[in-house]
Amino acid sequence: MNPSTGPVTTGAFETAKPKAPLIYNPKVRGIAFQVLLCAAIAFLAWGAISNAVENLARANVASGFGFWDQTAGFDISQTLIDYATTSTYGRAFWVGLLNTLLVAGLGVVFATILGFVVGIARLSRNWLVARMAGFYVETIRNLPLLLQLLFWYNAVLKALPGVRESLAIPGGGFLNNRGLFLPKPELLPGAHWMQAALVCGIAGAIVFGVWARRRQDRTGERAPVLWVTLALVIALPLVVFALSGFPLQFQYPESGRFNIRGGVEVLPELMALLFGLVIYTAAFIAEVVRAGILSVPKGQTEAAYSLGLRPGPTLRLVVVPQAMRVIVPPLTSQYLNLTKNSSLAVAIGYPDLVQIFAGTVLNQTGQAVEVIVITMAVYLTISLVTSGLMNLYNRRVALVER
Amino acid sequence: MQSVAIRVALAAVLGLAASAASAQTLNTVKSRGVLNCGSNGTLAGFGLPDAQGRWTGLDVDFCRALAAAIFNDPSKVKFVPLTAKDRFTALQSGEVDVLARNTTWTSSRDTTLGLNFIGVNYYDGQGFMVRKALKVNSALELNDAAACVQQGTTTELNLADYFRANKMKLKTVTFATSTEAVKAYDAGRCDAYTTDASGLAGERLRLANANDHIILPEIISKEPLGPVVRHGDDQWFDIVKWTHYAMVNAEELGVTKANVDDQLKSDKPDVKRLLGSEGKHGEALGLANDWAYRILKHVGNYGEVFERNVGQGSELKIARGLNALWTKGGLQYAPPIR
Repeated sequence: MNPSTGPVTTGAFETAKPKAPLIYNPKVRGIAFQVLLCAAIAFLAWGAISNAVENLARANVASGFGFWDQTAGFDISQTLIDYATTSTYGRAFWVGLLNTLLVAGLGVVFATILGFVVGIARLSRNWLVARMAGFYVETIRNLPLLLQLLFWYNAVLKALPGVRESLAIPGGGFLNNRGLFLPKPELLPGAHWMQAALVCGIAGAIVFGVWARRRQDRTGERAPVLWVTLALVIALPLVVFALSGFPLQFQYPESGRFNIRGGVEVLPELMALLFGLVIYTAAFIAEVVRAGILSVPKGQTEAAYSLGLRPGPTLRLVVVPQAMRVIVPPLTSQYLNLTKNSSLAVAIGYPDLVQIFAGTVLNQTGQAVEVIVITMAVYLTISLVTSGLMNLYNRRVALVER
Repeated sequence: MQSVAIRVALAAVLGLAASAASAQTLNTVKSRGVLNCGSNGTLAGFGLPDAQGRWTGLDVDFCRALAAAIFNDPSKVKFVPLTAKDRFTALQSGEVDVLARNTTWTSSRDTTLGLNFIGVNYYDGQGFMVRKALKVNSALELNDAAACVQQGTTTELNLADYFRANKMKLKTVTFATSTEAVKAYDAGRCDAYTTDASGLAGERLRLANANDHIILPEIISKEPLGPVVRHGDDQWFDIVKWTHYAMVNAEELGVTKANVDDQLKSDKPDVKRLLGSEGKHGEALGLANDWAYRILKHVGNYGEVFERNVGQGSELKIARGLNALWTKGGLQYAPPIR
């Protein structure tokens, strides 16, 4: 071997830097420990699963996912998709999931609006407004959510009149302790022109927005983007709608022997759950928003003023973007909390995923392990998707260091 | 919530405990020194603690009888209140040794849930309660009505079946517990509250104004209610089963709580075998030979327990009906002890 090119094998070198056994190599050792840990966890998981299967078999409890296609046989009070008592457990799962997503989606939107309003109100210079916002936040976030839900449910049931004394809402709706009943709009055949106009309007607004932005970057001239967008998205379809002769009719709710039939029905359980979740979560969001706004140094506002920006653009272009960097991560947590808290629906009879699937389906099939695993997987998925979307948004508003 | 905790616990127990609580329930109960009995907790006549925390009810007395047979002490029972939804999970996971909670015997519960029903200690059927002001006289007039119902019951399924079979529309509002369902019915959320007829009688009395509500005549289902044990421990299954039969046989033989000491001197072979002065029937079960004597001495026979909790001695005043002995036109019939 040529000592000048080959690996260092001379005796002198070996004594100077002895080759350590593999076990003392920190890198190798680190990997070895991690492999061992993974193997231990995998063994525990395998042991748990095989034990569960064996125990279930020994206790003669049915296992597997065969129940999915069996007839459910029970009724559900709110179904966003077609469901009858002859539907399957799998269908009942989707009904429950959609009901959960409905209340979570609406809750996130309303809680964000209310939270921002209260958060800003708490910073108001008006003493009364600031104190009222502070009182709201400190009261609501210090009471358990379950109690608040029960309170709202009983408040909704007790405060609203019985079905025979329904409050008539102008325009053909009813409100009573069985829910809110509204006329249901139904599009007639001619309405596709309006739908086409709406699609064209949205596409046009996007194209115009991109063009306006490019032009502003190039020349500094600003185009009236807001007005053009409103005209394209709202006014254009309305005009087409009028020209095609108002192809819309309403299906009005009417009183039957016991209940009100027809129309759009909003259950009191949904109202109470939404009230409870929105009011509770908004208190936390308000604090997040307040913290975000306070985190922007006053010098930023003063600098913007000194550059000649008016208060409106200062807030929109200088303060809010910087505040959002602080607001978005904790806001994500609040969205996740709201979604998970919606499972308290079970206490007030709202048919969400936990009530239908982890409740009735679990009880009727007796397959606790499978049903709970599926339910947990669903909540995990919803939460991960929510935080993934929020992280995407956060990346856009995050500080870009140059 | 408690229910979620129980289910997660079940998943964990099934997953991690290598030895499921299957065989040897009797030894477990004896070494623990107390019987864990899954009970209702909110149903007058079947399982309800009073203001002093003293439990009463038909199912409660059944568990006391079981404890008396094992320990010669009816107070060695821990009553675990369970909702309808959680009761089977609690039994499967070993949290309770026996479930005596007005539970309907159905084929799927007997097979796929890994449980065994020991018999029927109350023959029941599902009915409806409505407000008098509605002027409804029959369940068949309930088309389009809203019904409040408790989750995790056969009631939930029968209700859907009945309305489907009679081509009626139904709005079901489902609640986790009967307390919440009744409260919502009372607040006007529903036109009808539905559960087993015995339960309706009990719930009606707990409403603010019982006289404003009536129970409709229709009984829409068969609800044979009975105590339940886990599948796979035949000795325990036998003990629980014969506890019930001993109480029914005692009523048939005229052995009561009051006269059981006198009956020890009886010449009748049936009575001698029941009270353990002849034969080894108690020892064959793994209990003391005077097991039935203990039950009768401490708790009483089936008829006494019935009258005390749901019959004329209670505020429910339910007639024996199907639950009378077979010799009196009812269905209660026990195999002989011999």
